[in-house]
Amino acid sequence: MTTTIPKDDVAVAPAVPAERAVRVRLGPRHLIIAGFVVAAFVVPLLSSSFVTFQLTEVLIYGLAILGLNLLTGFNGQFSLGHSAFYGIGAYTAAILIHNYEVSYLWTLPAAGALCFVIGFLFGLPALRLQNLYLALATFALATAMPQILKFHALEGWTGGVQGLVVDQPEAPGFVPISDDQWLYYFTLIVMLVMFLCAEFLIHSRTGRAIMAIRDNPIAAAAMGINNSLYKTLTFGVSALYTGVAGALGALAIGFVAPDSFTIFLSISLLVGLVIGGVGSIPGCLFGGLFVLYVPNIANALSTGLAGAIYGVILLLVIFVMPAGAAGFVRIVVARISRWRQTSPEES
Amino acid sequence: MELLLQQVMAGLANGAIYACMALSVVMIFQAIDHLNFAQGEMAMFSTFIAWQLIAWGTPYWLAFAASIVLSFVAGVLIDRVLFRPVQKAPILSQLVAFIALFSILNSSAGQIWDYTIKTFPTPFGHTPLLGSLVDTHEAAMIGVTLLLLVLLYAFFRGTRLGLAMRAAAANPESARLVGVRVGWMTALGWGMAAAIGAVAGMLIAPVVFLEPNMMIGVLLYGFAGAVLGGLSSPAGAVIGGFAVGVLENLAGTFIPYVGQELKLSLALIMIVIVLMFRPSGLFGRSVVSRV
Repeated sequence: MTTTIPKDDVAVAPAVPAERAVRVRLGPRHLIIAGFVVAAFVVPLLSSSFVTFQLTEVLIYGLAILGLNLLTGFNGQFSLGHSAFYGIGAYTAAILIHNYEVSYLWTLPAAGALCFVIGFLFGLPALRLQNLYLALATFALATAMPQILKFHALEGWTGGVQGLVVDQPEAPGFVPISDDQWLYYFTLIVMLVMFLCAEFLIHSRTGRAIMAIRDNPIAAAAMGINNSLYKTLTFGVSALYTGVAGALGALAIGFVAPDSFTIFLSISLLVGLVIGGVGSIPGCLFGGLFVLYVPNIANALSTGLAGAIYGVILLLVIFVMPAGAAGFVRIVVARISRWRQTSPEES
Repeated sequence: MELLLQQVMAGLANGAIYACMALSVVMIFQAIDHLNFAQGEMAMFSTFIAWQLIAWGTPYWLAFAASIVLSFVAGVLIDRVLFRPVQKAPILSQLVAFIALFSILNSSAGQIWDYTIKTFPTPFGHTPLLGSLVDTHEAAMIGVTLLLLVLLYAFFRGTRLGLAMRAAAANPESARLVGVRVGWMTALGWGMAAAIGAVAGMLIAPVVFLEPNMMIGVLLYGFAGAVLGGLSSPAGAVIGGFAVGVLENLAGTFIPYVGQELKLSLALIMIVIVLMFRPSGLFGRSVVSRV
């Protein structure tokens, strides 16, 4: 929480830089993250192009889940409507490339900006609604989206039920890698930048305000936080993240159609959020892995009962890790550090 | 005028389906304080059991009763076996457990009874009534929904058990202190919701036909109806369900140009607008939270 030290107590201020210094010091957490990043850069050089494509999708889902996490995990607003923002992002990219022949690099900022505006505007009525009522409002958005995309008056832009084919990015001539690998690295870099931005956002003054609203809106307002402004802005930023993920998704798949962006996508993102860990930024990637691979594993075990196997796996995971992967890791780390503290005394 | 009346009646007939579902949604919400995403699939599974019994030669009403009893037991078991362990987990994790249950029921029904569309019998027939505005089955559906509502109202307002269930959902700690067995109240709530879902499923199946995915659309409308009416009010849920049916039909008929294609979206947008002005639904009590 933000400190509530009155201005007269500035003499105590040196405590703050000291705390900063502690935070910047490299801990095992940073080493592990660095290890993952290095692995993320090396893996596509060793794997088949299909695996590379799947990993690209994992990153994209991870980014979309991060968008949802900013809203639900850090700000406490529930959303079943993120499939709509993902769809808007994907269609923005597709329409710009297909109809206006814009370079794919420019589709990401465009998709992000559009989703930010739409998310911000949607956040305004959402201010009035709480919990399940907000779930219904966002659910309405998710249900409306495929219908709007199919709407005959917009067919000139959206291609109607048929959808649109998107020209996929090609690797520039000066790098000796395949198009799949290029797309993967492009996605990876976008994802890393956006994850870092989210990390900085959450650990800033703004981030603490966002979390204060989640923990106790009345206390937050009493401390001078403008609840309405931060909630609508968070909605916008959350939509921005998911929208950029949608645009990347359109580039990766090379095709968009209205029925890819139904309520079931929202539910997948929600599952990924919970499995990865609500309120954890690295957890989002684990959520992405789960969302992409577990249905495939279930399908490989039994085609007919794939749904049932998926459900059972989901239940088991919830039983074992009720607070998601991030919560599980937190418990394990706490156990290890306690064991480390006690064992020297015993020996 | 003729068209308006016709569309309203058709809307009410659809609305009766949604109202049935909304009622069972609110029931379980009262008992466990969460929306059950697997509610529709539980109803679908119960209906398949009734269908199987009828296919084996059981008389309709016997199958009807057996399905309700089995669903009640299954509801209690689901609570005891699946949801007891995650009771202390965060709300979103419980939500994912509902999604898992949804997936398991849907996929198993598809595996056991396959995905071909089956007809489900109705004891009420399809004789046209009121100058063919509704048929007997639709009228019976509206009637049964209202009857269920009256019974539930009497149960929750007039019996000790009903009072204990409400107490267990509203404030588990205090309820436990005055001797209410909260865990069993929750299980009972699950059982009742499953039984009401079974009734809803068996009434809906003759209209929408029986197949594993029959309830997905219905459940979504049921949720919309329940939220519109207010989750704390069973009567509100029924009225909300009817309102969603009528709104959807009227939007499809009378709003030119966009009507037919976007009627679901329009109905939902209207609901969201209503919620802007009544954030706890039309008939819900707004919850005063303690700071």
